Amino acid sequence: MAVTESSSFQVRRIWTDERARSAIFQLLTIVGLAALIAIMVSNTLANLDARGLDVGFDFVGDPAFFDINQKLINYTSQSTFGRALIVGLLNTLLVSAMGIIAATIIGFSAGVLRLSNNWIVSRMVTVYVEITRNVPVLLQIIFWWTILTGLPKVRDSLSLGDVAFLNNRGIRMPAPILEEGFGYVLIAILVGFVAAILVGRWAKRRQDETGEAFPAIWTGLGLIIGLPLIVYFLTGSPVDWDIPERTRFNYRGGFNVTPELIALWFALSTYTGAFISEIVRSGILSVSKGQTEAASAIGLRSNLTMRKIILPQALRVIIPPLTSQYLNLTKNSSLAVAIGYQDLVSIGGTVLNQSGQAIEVVAIWMFVYLSLSLMTSAFMNWYNRRIALVER
Amino acid sequence: MKIAWTFLGAIVIALFSFTAHAGTLDDVKSAGVLKCGINTGLPGFAYTDDAGNWIGFDAAYCRAVAAAVLGDPDKVEYHNLTGQQRFPALASGEIDVLSRNTTWTFSRDVDLGFTFIGVSYYDGQGFIGRKSLGIKSATELDGASVCIQTGTTTELNLADFFRVNGMTYEPVPIETNEEARIAYLAERCDVYTTDASGLAATKTTFEDGDAHMVFPEIISKEPLGPLVRHGDDQWADIARWVLNALINAEELGVTQGNVSSLAGGSDNPEINRMLGSEGSLGEMLGLSKTWAVAAIKAGGNYGEIFERYLGTGTALGLERGVNALYTNGGLIYAPPMR
Amino acid sequence: MTDQSFFRSQADLLPERSPPPATTGVLGWVRGNLFSSWLNSILTLIGLYLLWIIIPPALDWAFFSADIAGDDRFACTSEGACWAWLDQRYNQFLYGFYPADQRWRVNIALLLLIPALIPLLFDKVPGAKIGRWFSLAYPFVATILLVGGFGFESVPTNKFGGFMLNITVGLAGIILSLPIGIVLALGRRSNMPVVRILSVAFIEIFRGVPLITLLFTAAILLPIFMPPNVSFDLVVRVIVVVTAFSSAYMAEVIRGGLQAIPRGQYEAAQALGLGYWRMMALIILPQALKISIPGIVNTFIGLFKDTTLVIVIGLFDILNIGKSMVSNPDWLGLSAEAYVFVALFFFVVCFSMSRYSSLLEKRLDTENR
Repeated sequence: MAVTESSSFQVRRIWTDERARSAIFQLLTIVGLAALIAIMVSNTLANLDARGLDVGFDFVGDPAFFDINQKLINYTSQSTFGRALIVGLLNTLLVSAMGIIAATIIGFSAGVLRLSNNWIVSRMVTVYVEITRNVPVLLQIIFWWTILTGLPKVRDSLSLGDVAFLNNRGIRMPAPILEEGFGYVLIAILVGFVAAILVGRWAKRRQDETGEAFPAIWTGLGLIIGLPLIVYFLTGSPVDWDIPERTRFNYRGGFNVTPELIALWFALSTYTGAFISEIVRSGILSVSKGQTEAASAIGLRSNLTMRKIILPQALRVIIPPLTSQYLNLTKNSSLAVAIGYQDLVSIGGTVLNQSGQAIEVVAIWMFVYLSLSLMTSAFMNWYNRRIALVER
Repeated sequence: MKIAWTFLGAIVIALFSFTAHAGTLDDVKSAGVLKCGINTGLPGFAYTDDAGNWIGFDAAYCRAVAAAVLGDPDKVEYHNLTGQQRFPALASGEIDVLSRNTTWTFSRDVDLGFTFIGVSYYDGQGFIGRKSLGIKSATELDGASVCIQTGTTTELNLADFFRVNGMTYEPVPIETNEEARIAYLAERCDVYTTDASGLAATKTTFEDGDAHMVFPEIISKEPLGPLVRHGDDQWADIARWVLNALINAEELGVTQGNVSSLAGGSDNPEINRMLGSEGSLGEMLGLSKTWAVAAIKAGGNYGEIFERYLGTGTALGLERGVNALYTNGGLIYAPPMR
Repeated sequence: MTDQSFFRSQADLLPERSPPPATTGVLGWVRGNLFSSWLNSILTLIGLYLLWIIIPPALDWAFFSADIAGDDRFACTSEGACWAWLDQRYNQFLYGFYPADQRWRVNIALLLLIPALIPLLFDKVPGAKIGRWFSLAYPFVATILLVGGFGFESVPTNKFGGFMLNITVGLAGIILSLPIGIVLALGRRSNMPVVRILSVAFIEIFRGVPLITLLFTAAILLPIFMPPNVSFDLVVRVIVVVTAFSSAYMAEVIRGGLQAIPRGQYEAAQALGLGYWRMMALIILPQALKISIPGIVNTFIGLFKDTTLVIVIGLFDILNIGKSMVSNPDWLGLSAEAYVFVALFFFVVCFSMSRYSSLLEKRLDTENR
């Protein structure tokens, strides 16, 4: 009896053994996934073969033959597809960085103001938050762009002291041309930064030991700005300004911030700012009321209470969701394509269309955004840990 | 449970189309509908009427093909494609024919693996600008801002033109024709560049059309035409000869109005061969005898289609110009049907 | 007697005084809430000024000097907004290119959504148990209504457009992503390394890339991955990538719900001898899903707003219909009106959903205490 049933018994034992079962299940998962990938790859190869297309990244070395208006590095229509994509990546990074800074400022101010006991202000902030949160960001980007194209035309440009000009083609500002001797100023900036950090550390230690506060932030700012300024004048102002001048069609010279960049930046920072303000608000509310009461009991003024007591504690609640907002903002910057700001997706689309290399371009997109998101997560996790250490 | 599976099956069948790629013609016949790729919106070429139907010069070609193949010009499924989507959509078999004012170029024909079946409209890239700019020629555009649609050959021509003439410019890249027009009207850019037909179409939508001018320079050749996938010669032949039949019909004086009566037979053997009362051209294509009758009945001959959607009687007001028949001094010329 | 003189009579107490006038009444409220400090006063004045420059002109534009009737934009003669197109175009905004004689099917599908949602959102209505079976069947019923089959005339999905396209893509995405999200969330907490790694990879990849690149993938690449003789329609492909995208977000929401279930629940279930799947299905998931509902609704709001992105692959959702209307010679240059209309639409839908989810959050908050 036992002998005849041994094989089925064995099977049942494997089935009831959790480790064996999970091993089998995982194996099946891997096999299934591998099969799926194999099918897709073979389909892809068959399709590409049928159309006589080839796969590979060789095309990035081919000349692009199209122009880009907003570029942080040198680029002409004779440059390569690869360089065009890098220009796009830099534009994505530019608008994301600008957006993250502005959204943080907007979000924290709105979050604090929403809890303000000023009825009108808190209501107005609520209205702002609800409207921007509940309308698609794409629509808001298009909205801001429409508004900006309604700015004065070139011939009616608003001039700021005849050196900077605002019109519906953007803001054109004087660009610095660095001359010999500017290297010293750069060194001074570096020295200023190092000195500011050292002063900050010293001030913190002194406060920990003696309790005396030192205006480290102001001293630091003075060092970072003042020192280079002094050197700048000592070396005889080694910067010349390229001041924009009017030509038949446009202003020429200086540097131009396009309305597309401004529209995208406005839309992304107000949209994300609304989400951040909610995070900040709930972060502040999560700090127990006793903290505020204790702070006022020891005589701290309300803005100091916010700065020194509430916010540092709230930050620990705020940081993790803040990270995902930053990531969302970076990803949403890809909507630039709707208004013609030439970010990675927009330029990638052009490259895709001119070269026909769809798989490669999409792969580049995915790779870049995934890396950006992993890097942002890593940085914010590091920052989060640093903040958490403050807890005793 | 069984009902659930039936439901599921019905939905899957409704949404996926499993087509045996024996040939595009068989696919179209078994599907009973022609999948035709057109623009997402370009006045004159592909636009919606008040009822939301897609019409226009490009759409009319789709209708003619559907009529020739399926006998019913309404059996067209329009796929609106952006500049980026059009080639992948055709290559993947999502559409059977692409009629989306697409320029016939060497690399598209050879490298991307498509077959252009002819030229339905000879175009060229030009510029439109305000008269108040005070310039008469595109060669005076040094330093201007230029609105341009991305992902098209115009983008490349523009870069070449300015480089060759040693001029600088600020490209203002825009996704669609509509947005480009909005940007141009807001004076976000000084000039807008696209195919001359598109410029004319765009200009008609301006309130102050007289304040704008199309510059005389045509900076590129843009032969626009329908295209199909490489490798299905029968389908390419059908697509090619529907276009040729429309052109020949104009030359022979066959119109939407008289095609039915001429189909019965006439004293012109060329007409008889085309309309199927003599010979067996339809069978050679794998279509019915009266394929050309149906195609012409759908929207008239080439000239009638042109006049209806683009011609001087329309808001676009385009002259035939180089798109007149060769007999009238134009370039439109179709091989004989024998 | 002495007692009486010892205790002071009521009359000896100080008379009750009214509170200082500065803290009561309208004036007191104004002082306390608007001008309690210098900073506050400045903020109040800035706020009032902003309201003054925004509200009256906006109202004037939208209502008082707006035109509401006419055949084209030339009929709009006054300074304000031109709403004349609403009358002629609202069908396109709602149904896109859906055949006019079949639009009742869209209406019914939308109406049926209400009885399908109620048993899911409010568990105290009578008959909720039976109603949930209908909720389960709803996706199939709605699909048949919209695309045809079973006696309904078939409508190809390229006729879908306008608001119904946003709703279709959004709802399909959220409904399909719920089960996938649950599987991914369980996978991420699984103790099988392969399953865990794959789940994490899926979630992070789809959360890490912008939806717009996924839509390009759907439009351009998905057909290449399919066998050469299979092609499927663009709206379905969009739904596939949207589902994958929102599954990743859904997984994170549900993971949050799973983490909030106390360890004791798992242990109790195991003590009862329930296996993994029965434990999850009967004990853990019902609780976890319940507390995840606000998060799910928020994911849906985000997804619903993101459905406007289909514009980049040439689909005519409500925003694109608005844009194309603005390019029609009859209605040229009415972009402000079109965008305001679309924005209002989204605001009404999303705002009411977000109110619902915060209401639910509050209720769950009190129930757990």
